[in-house]
Amino acid sequence: MKKYSAFSLLKNALSYHENWQKVWRNPTPKSDYDVIVVGGGGHGLATAYYLAKVHGLTNIAVIEKGYLGGGNTARNTTIIRSNYLWDEAAQLYELSLKLWEGLSQELNYNVMFSQRGVLNLGHTLQDMRDIERRVNANRLNGIDGEVVSPQRVKEIAPLINISADSRYPILGASFQPRGGTARHDAVAWGYARGADALGVDLIQQTEVTGIRRQDGAVVGVETTKGFIGARKVACVTAGNSSVVAAMAGLRLPVESRPLQALVSEPVKPCLDTVVMSNAVHGYISQSDKGDLVIGAGVDSYNGYGQRGSFHIVEHTVQAICELFPAFSRVRMNRQWGGIVDTCPDACPIISKTSVDGLYFNCGWGTGGFKATPGSGYVFADTVANDRPHPLAAAFTLDRFNSGALIDEHGAAGVAH
Amino acid sequence: MLLIHCPHCREAREEEEYSYRGEAHIVRPLAPESLSDEEWGDYLFFRSNPKGIHHEMWYHAVGCRRYFNVTRDTLTYEILESYLIGQQPAVTGATS
Ligand SMILES: Cc1cc2nc3c(=O)[nH]c(=O)nc-3n(C[C@H](O)[C@H](O)[C@H](O)COP(=O)(O)OP(=O)(O)OC[C@H]3O[C@@H](n4cnc5c(N)ncnc54)[C@H](O)[C@@H]3O)c2cc1C
Ligand SMILES: [Zn+2]
Repeated sequence: MKKYSAFSLLKNALSYHENWQKVWRNPTPKSDYDVIVVGGGGHGLATAYYLAKVHGLTNIAVIEKGYLGGGNTARNTTIIRSNYLWDEAAQLYELSLKLWEGLSQELNYNVMFSQRGVLNLGHTLQDMRDIERRVNANRLNGIDGEVVSPQRVKEIAPLINISADSRYPILGASFQPRGGTARHDAVAWGYARGADALGVDLIQQTEVTGIRRQDGAVVGVETTKGFIGARKVACVTAGNSSVVAAMAGLRLPVESRPLQALVSEPVKPCLDTVVMSNAVHGYISQSDKGDLVIGAGVDSYNGYGQRGSFHIVEHTVQAICELFPAFSRVRMNRQWGGIVDTCPDACPIISKTSVDGLYFNCGWGTGGFKATPGSGYVFADTVANDRPHPLAAAFTLDRFNSGALIDEHGAAGVAH
Repeated sequence: MLLIHCPHCREAREEEEYSYRGEAHIVRPLAPESLSDEEWGDYLFFRSNPKGIHHEMWYHAVGCRRYFNVTRDTLTYEILESYLIGQQPAVTGATS
């Protein structure tokens, strides 16, 4: 792998940028692998990268039915934060945030991580009590955060309406300065390039259609390109996780739901932070291109159609116009949906299964983009050592039988 | 926006009148205390979540305020039938 640098940029400029090395190979699958990662989204690619980098396993393939990073990785609104309430979740997301802070250097790939801060607004007395509790819990876990007044909210985001006359007046907010956004595609591509350089085979346009087992252990996967053997199979298929689990006769405590987002035409810089509100149900940031990136709520019904209902988008836009009256004149450019794997406690599943050598990393629902590095890191460790990474131990499938759920609906809510 | 037929009101109304109540035909265990943790967890949390034909409960929240079942394709979102609680679906399909 050739290193990207100012020098390589200059050198390639001399040949009109026509001689850049291919970012990754396009290999034909081998007959078998030590580990097959199913799903080439950000989480799957990060898993493969850390399996190779940290655990020295290089006989690995990532099998992706479409193209790399074309699922929710490409569809999400890229909000990153770690201000979750409970210790287990907070520590997992904070590991991720720490990895984000060094990720461009680690991967030699600019993931455009921008720590522009995240505001979570409170509109009722109860909202504010919850915010205070969450910020205190975060600080006890060593996570940055402060409770801020409406005036301070206005200083951070001057276009916001903090008038007491608005329908749901802003009473304050939590602010996590280290939160922010990153470039979604770059994260997938950066991990893909890094994994490929370490010898991982990235196999695109190949769908896993079955999971072959023998004596209670996994032996490989059926794919649209034939059978591929594997000692371990690690599934990271987000919204399609129940479908893949069914291939091994398993059910998951997961329901797949449409989640929508929309972006406006590009406008001049006007919002340099992330603003989210659970109560009025919407959140917004501005991309480097200038478009306002708006996230909606999740649809109420199960679906795999990668689109949702219009009234969800309508409510979100109402909320945004309420918070930012100036944006009522901005025209929307595109709107889309992705299928998210929602869990009863709004927390992920990082787990072994009842089939030996079969692992699942799913249930990230509406908020897994922020966790991409940490998710890959702890899942790689779990798969390599066939036992949960200490930070993943609370997130096994067993919690749905023991009752030890980790209820993050408050911190996950609409906030992604 | 789904248009959903309520078998009680005998009318197709917009999705916003209803609220979704999840997978249908999950039978509440008669003697919960005799179940193992696995069986109880399975009843509470584990779902089939198919891509394709799905039987699900809807509640006509701002209409007759009654429950009923719907068979819907979760990939195309096409609604294939509505039927009363206690009845069996006419449309079933191997899930893909
Ligand atoms: C509109 C929207 C907004 C969001 N906003 C945020 C946000 O602001 N912040 C945040 O943290 N999170 C957000 N999320 C959630 C986040 O996108 C997901 O939690 C995260 O991307 C899941 O990561 P992934 O890389 O595993 O998923 P994906 O990128 O979906 O990867 C899964 C891959 O598996 C592949 N696959 C599935 N089945 C098979 C098969 N049988 N064989 C082979 N391959 C298969 C798919 O093609 C896909 O590429 C949002 C999601 C959506 C839809
Ligand atoms: Zn009715």
